[in-house]
Amino acid sequence: MAKSRVSTAEIINDDSKGILADWLTELSAAGQDTRIDQAEVRRQATELLKVMAKAVGEGLDVDGPAWQAVREHLESISRSRAIRGLSSQETATFVLSLKRPLFRRLQKLTAEDPDALSRETWVITEFIDKLALHTVNTFQKAREDVISRQQEEMLELSTPVVKLWDGVLALPMIGTLDSARTQVVMESLLQRIIETGSEIAIIDITGVPTVDTLVAQHLLKTVTAIRLMGADCIISGIRPQIAQTIVHLGVELQGVTTKATLADALALALKRSGLTVTKIKTA
Amino acid sequence: MERIPILRMGQFLLVTIQVDMHDQLALQLQDDLTAQIQKLGSHGVLIDISALEVVDSFIGRMIANISAMSRMLDAETVLVGMRPAVAITLVELGLSLPGVHTALDVERGMKRLQAGLDGVVDEVDGDH
Repeated sequence: MAKSRVSTAEIINDDSKGILADWLTELSAAGQDTRIDQAEVRRQATELLKVMAKAVGEGLDVDGPAWQAVREHLESISRSRAIRGLSSQETATFVLSLKRPLFRRLQKLTAEDPDALSRETWVITEFIDKLALHTVNTFQKAREDVISRQQEEMLELSTPVVKLWDGVLALPMIGTLDSARTQVVMESLLQRIIETGSEIAIIDITGVPTVDTLVAQHLLKTVTAIRLMGADCIISGIRPQIAQTIVHLGVELQGVTTKATLADALALALKRSGLTVTKIKTA
Repeated sequence: MERIPILRMGQFLLVTIQVDMHDQLALQLQDDLTAQIQKLGSHGVLIDISALEVVDSFIGRMIANISAMSRMLDAETVLVGMRPAVAITLVELGLSLPGVHTALDVERGMKRLQAGLDGVVDEVDGDH
C-alpha cells in the first residue's frame, strides 16, 4: 500500500498543471452553466488541486485530519453552488470529472504493470468518490438550510398585525389557513390586543384562497377568543365564492360581524369608536 | 378559610381573582357573590381575571354559571382582563361563555356596566 500512495501522490504532484487543464476541459465538455462563470470554476479548481496536492502526501484517508483543508474547500464550493441554485448533479460532476485526467496519467505510468493499474484505479476511484459524496452532502445541507430559513420567514411574514387606527387592529391573512398557522396568528393577534389595548380587531381574509369547514372552524375559534378577551372582531374581505361556500357548508357564522371589504370594516370600527370621517370644506 | 374578596363600588361589585382558582374557592365565590348581590341589591358585577394564568373546564363553567346567576338577580356580569393563553384554552375546551360580557380592562368594564345601567348597552352590543 505504501507504494500505491506514493504513486497517486506522484500523479497529482508531478503534473498538476496538466491535470488542471484536462480537468477544465472535462468540465466545459460537461456543459457550461451561465449561473457560474468560467473564471470562478477555474479559480475553484486550481485552489482545490493545490490543497489536494498537499493533503495527498499524507495519505488517502479522506476523513482524516490531513484532508481537513480539502473538505473545507469542497464545502465552500458546494455551498456557493447551492445558493446559486445549481443542481446536486452539477455539483457532483465538478469533483467527479477529475477522475478521467487522473486515470489517463495513471495508465501512462503503469503501462507495464496491469496489477498496479487496477489497484491504483480502485484507490483513485474510492477517494474521488468520497470527496464527491462529501460535496453532495454539504450541498444538500446548504439547500435544507435555505429551505428552513425561508419557511421561518414565511411564517413570520404571514402574520403581520397592523394598527389601522387608535384602538383598531387589522390582520390581513394571506395563504391557506391550517391549524399551525391559525395558532400562530391567533396568539400574535391576542398578544397585540393586550399590548395596544385595542377594542376592535379586523381579520381580513381577502388573501385566503379557499374556506372549508376546518378553516371556518379556526376563524370562529379566533373570533371567540377575541371576544373572551373583551375585544370585538370583524371579519372582512369575504369574496362572493367564499360566501357561497360558507352557506353551502352550513357553517354558522352567527354572532360574527362580517363585511365585504376592509374599507367597510374600518368604517364600522370608526363608527363604533364614535368617530366620523368628513370631507374638508374648501372655502 | 381562603376567600376571594368581593368589593362594593357604588352599585357594582368588584371581584379580583388574584390567586390560583381551585374548585372549592370557585364554589365559595359563587355562594358569596350571589349572597352579596341579594344583600346589597347590586346591578352589576365586574370579575377581573387578569392575574389568572390557568383555567380548566370546571372554572370556565363556574364563570359562566356565576354570570347566569347574577343575571337572574338583575346584575350584569362583565369579565375583564382575560389573558390570551386563557382565552385560547377556553376556546379549545369548547367554552365560548355565551351571554357573558367581556372587556379588556377594569376601566372599560366599569364603563360598560355604567352604560348598561343607563340603558344604552344595546348600542354597544348591536351592529350598526
